[in-house]
Amino acid sequence: MIELENVAYSYGGGELLTDMTLSVPPGSFHFLTGPSGSGKTTFLKLCYGALQATSGHVRLFDRDVRGLSRDDVALMRRKIGVVHQDCQFLDHLPVTENVALPLAVSGQDVADNEADLKELMAWVGLTARADAVPPELSGGERQRAALARAVIMSPDVILADEPTGNIDWDMSQRLLMLLVELNRMGKTVLVATHDLGLIRAAKAQVQTRVLRISNRRLQVAGADL
Amino acid sequence: MAKMLQFDEKADRVVPPTGFTARLTVFSAFAMAFLAVFALALSSAAGRVADRWGDELAQSSTLRISAPAGEAATQTEAALRVLRTTPGIEEARALSLDQQRALLSPWFGATLPVEDLPLPQLIDITESDEGYDAAGLRLRLSAEAPAAVLDDHARWRRPLIDAAARLRLLGWASTLLIALATAAMVTLAANAALAANAQVIAVLRLVGAKDTYIASAFVRRFALRALTGAAFGTFFGIASLFLIPAQDDATGFLTDLRLQGWGWVWVMLIPPLSGLVAFIATQYAARRVLGELA
Repeated sequence: MIELENVAYSYGGGELLTDMTLSVPPGSFHFLTGPSGSGKTTFLKLCYGALQATSGHVRLFDRDVRGLSRDDVALMRRKIGVVHQDCQFLDHLPVTENVALPLAVSGQDVADNEADLKELMAWVGLTARADAVPPELSGGERQRAALARAVIMSPDVILADEPTGNIDWDMSQRLLMLLVELNRMGKTVLVATHDLGLIRAAKAQVQTRVLRISNRRLQVAGADL
Repeated sequence: MAKMLQFDEKADRVVPPTGFTARLTVFSAFAMAFLAVFALALSSAAGRVADRWGDELAQSSTLRISAPAGEAATQTEAALRVLRTTPGIEEARALSLDQQRALLSPWFGATLPVEDLPLPQLIDITESDEGYDAAGLRLRLSAEAPAAVLDDHARWRRPLIDAAARLRLLGWASTLLIALATAAMVTLAANAALAANAQVIAVLRLVGAKDTYIASAFVRRFALRALTGAAFGTFFGIASLFLIPAQDDATGFLTDLRLQGWGWVWVMLIPPLSGLVAFIATQYAARRVLGELA
């Protein structure tokens, strides 16, 4: 589903990631951890085609990202739901429209998916906030809205970058439960986080594999996690 | 292109509303359309003037007989005989003293004693449609009436027609420059809007929007703004033409800026053409900026 083969990424002259090889099978739950600035966000961006590897190969759904046009990458992203670190919304649109944005950009009629949209808003607990604009939401609400937007197209893969970075423990547990639920539905989940408590909580719920970026390289974390 | 133009309210909403660039685009299109109306009106008026001068003067000539007092009548008679037997000349008539006085009155007043002045005798010649052979006529006149000088108006008619034709060209050149300036301004505004909305573009890309979807949202908005601004500019431009005082003999060239025939068609094309220019300019800007932001 997501495969990296000897991938390296350089930024501003320095190599940020090097010799990364990984295969993420369908239905798996991965955590990616490492200190701040270690390259977790960059790694995720390589996984959804937002960045091109300096060397090596990134294959998404058996297709090498390097050979994809911008339109191909756009189509690929419809199969990958991304929960970004800073959420990234269109601040002038209500939450519902932001959540429905992937439907709109893929040419689907949002009205035809009204029921699913309402169900999704209820699933993430944002029914009462449907008409609010993103700047009016709390950190936890924004993360849940971002998750709702990431899954509305029923993607095969969910990538989450520090989804619990700005929210309290209770809210992060709630978000984790949503991710676990998605994984139980057969979705592949890859979460970048430095929140070890979150990883431990997830391990109690679902089988996970923990990866760590250390010294620019990808390692499988030890049993202490 | 059809997809780009297709109205999609939901897609258009992804671009944040209004702002500086919106006002700039509407105002630019308004001002440019207003100026384009005048440029086209000027071009149209110059064209009419060129045609009129050409038509009016092309079929008339003047024969001037500057002979001593005793020979003037004889040479006038001889010249008239020559003229009346020249193919291509419909009519030739010697001007009376009253008619000569009328010609001079704008400069010397109506009471000028023309009979006391050594004025040359003028003969007004009206040509037929096929015209006459000026060189041949001059030769015959030099034999029959040596004091006669033929002025077929070509010497001063040509520069006038050339000037009017150049004015017409200037009007079209101005219209073209206005269209280019509109394109430049819309491109600048679209560039600014796209750069200011880099975050919006990032979000749209994150959720799988193709470049055509993103570009079309901006393109439609800018094309619509240009269309709206140009429609108002054209309306006010036309209204201003009607405010110019009606033409009279003294100010005819200056005030005859009314639109006629094809002039109306061209002016009515200003709003849709402005929209098209904005469409192309924004599409160009969007492609460039989206490529840079990739």
